Amino acid sequence: MEATATQISARPHHTLWGDAYIRLRRNRLAIAGAVIIVLIIIGAVIIPYVSPYTFDKQDITAILEGPSREHWLGTDSLGRDVFTRLLYGARTSLAVGIFTQIIILLIGIPIGAVAGSLGGKTDNLLMRFVDVMYAFPDILLIILLRAILGGSIFNIFLAIGLVSWVNVARLIRGQVLSLKQRDFVTAARAMGGSSGYRIMRHLIPNSLGPIIVLVTFSIPRAIFAEAALSYIGIGVKPPTPSWGTMIRDGYDVIFAAPHLVIFPAIAIAILMLSFTFLGDGLRDALDPRLRK
Amino acid sequence: MTKYIARRILWLLLVIFVVAFITFLLMHLVPGGPWDREKQLAPQVVENLNKKYGLDQPFLVQFGKYIWGLLHGDLGVSYIYQDRGVTSIILEGLPKTATLGLVAFLLAIFIGIPFGMAAALRQNSLVDYSSVIFSTIFASIPAFVLGILLMIVFSVFLHVLPTGGWGGISYIIMPAFALAAIPAAYISRITRASMLEVIRQDYVRTARAKGLGERIVLIRHILRNALIPVLTITGPELATLISGSFIIESIFSIPGIGRLFVQGVFQRDYGLIMGSILFYAFAIAIVNLVVDILYAAVDPRIRYD
Repeated sequence: MEATATQISARPHHTLWGDAYIRLRRNRLAIAGAVIIVLIIIGAVIIPYVSPYTFDKQDITAILEGPSREHWLGTDSLGRDVFTRLLYGARTSLAVGIFTQIIILLIGIPIGAVAGSLGGKTDNLLMRFVDVMYAFPDILLIILLRAILGGSIFNIFLAIGLVSWVNVARLIRGQVLSLKQRDFVTAARAMGGSSGYRIMRHLIPNSLGPIIVLVTFSIPRAIFAEAALSYIGIGVKPPTPSWGTMIRDGYDVIFAAPHLVIFPAIAIAILMLSFTFLGDGLRDALDPRLRK
Repeated sequence: MTKYIARRILWLLLVIFVVAFITFLLMHLVPGGPWDREKQLAPQVVENLNKKYGLDQPFLVQFGKYIWGLLHGDLGVSYIYQDRGVTSIILEGLPKTATLGLVAFLLAIFIGIPFGMAAALRQNSLVDYSSVIFSTIFASIPAFVLGILLMIVFSVFLHVLPTGGWGGISYIIMPAFALAAIPAAYISRITRASMLEVIRQDYVRTARAKGLGERIVLIRHILRNALIPVLTITGPELATLISGSFIIESIFSIPGIGRLFVQGVFQRDYGLIMGSILFYAFAIAIVNLVVDILYAAVDPRIRYD
């Protein structure tokens, strides 16, 4: 009798990730966001093989044309195909979005972990530094760093990364501090688990969810920063397309050919919106308090 | 409270000092100096210019002089506008940037709060759903993209608003809306969430039970409590709005401080870069300070000492 009662009340076994996946799948907006992101990635990868145009092929017989069968989204002031350039621009945006996150994590995780685990003076000093970083107008600092670093696209990742790691550091520090107090970590230590074991078995799995959510929200911010840099003219170097540069170029002929500005602007909006939807969905899905 | 405010102001000054130091240091790492021109200047001329502006002195001496000037309200010299101090250039841009920021901020509040309230008071209605959807969309479109889309609709297609410049009200409508969209979206989200929580509180039921009119319950019991979390995010949101204004100024050709900064970066004008970054950092710090003090003033449960 007792056995059946247990069986009835027991829920089917789910891991945190399995559970999260099920909940994410039910969130239609998040799935729509993920699908759009995947489509943009596929488009950005295959564009050189499927497009009859390249991002820098000029055609003086077709300048500032509107959308047509030959040029789906029209041509720019040098007769280049806007659709092709838009997908090449997606490469720039995606690369910025992803590579900056690596830099942000490489800086933010060690600083946050050191501050949280050492505590005391080190923690105080590091966190005061984080406060100062918050006081900086971030996009202005990114621009200044970009102007200082100059050079290749990698330095754009670096400029954005050097400014944006503070949120990760704060998050990791908070995680370390709260986990240190938790019973299961104390238990692991009492049973003789080494600090390496505790980090691998408890700290990392428990922090992974919040980190994934933070990264998902941080990607669109990096994409925006690159677009802003390119818009004011210190982003990726032409003729490499970037949505920010395309908007800047189109801006000069906004009355003659508004489509040159409309399409990249909408592209930025769609990509950022997709990441936000996915991030919202992941946040809800990975929140253990919402587990059923 | 006074002690708390005094400590916060001291901290603020320290932060500004560190921001100034880091910026100063960064600028001195920039390859090339303010005298790089298309046509190269003679080495002797560069040397004399460096001497005139004190750029030949050691870094710390230069920084010390800058801070000394700063304490006297002098932001140093601009290398582009050679006959003018940065203070006067910044003061000329200030009214434009401040007006734009203030109008955008008021828009964000007067759009965000009513929409959030309407959504919460009619939870799961059409009003609620559309408010949630719009706030999600507007929260993730960058201000400069929205600005450009607005410009295309109202300037290019409808010809009702000017594309840029600075003059009457018509020049400020689009940039202010573009800047206000993201904060408005966040404010409406927070207002909605916080209202939903407050409406279910016991003291609201008690207020209704003792026969108070719906208006009084709404204003005195629900709003007063629901708006506290809104106030906390106002600070960071206003900060984003302030630092986002520079790119909006570039798009709509508004001769404010943001444009001076971009100009400074391109022309390696240390004085202008320094002045505009300090202006933004100071504005953001002041906003956060004021919000924290207001926070204590409206919520009697919070006491700083």
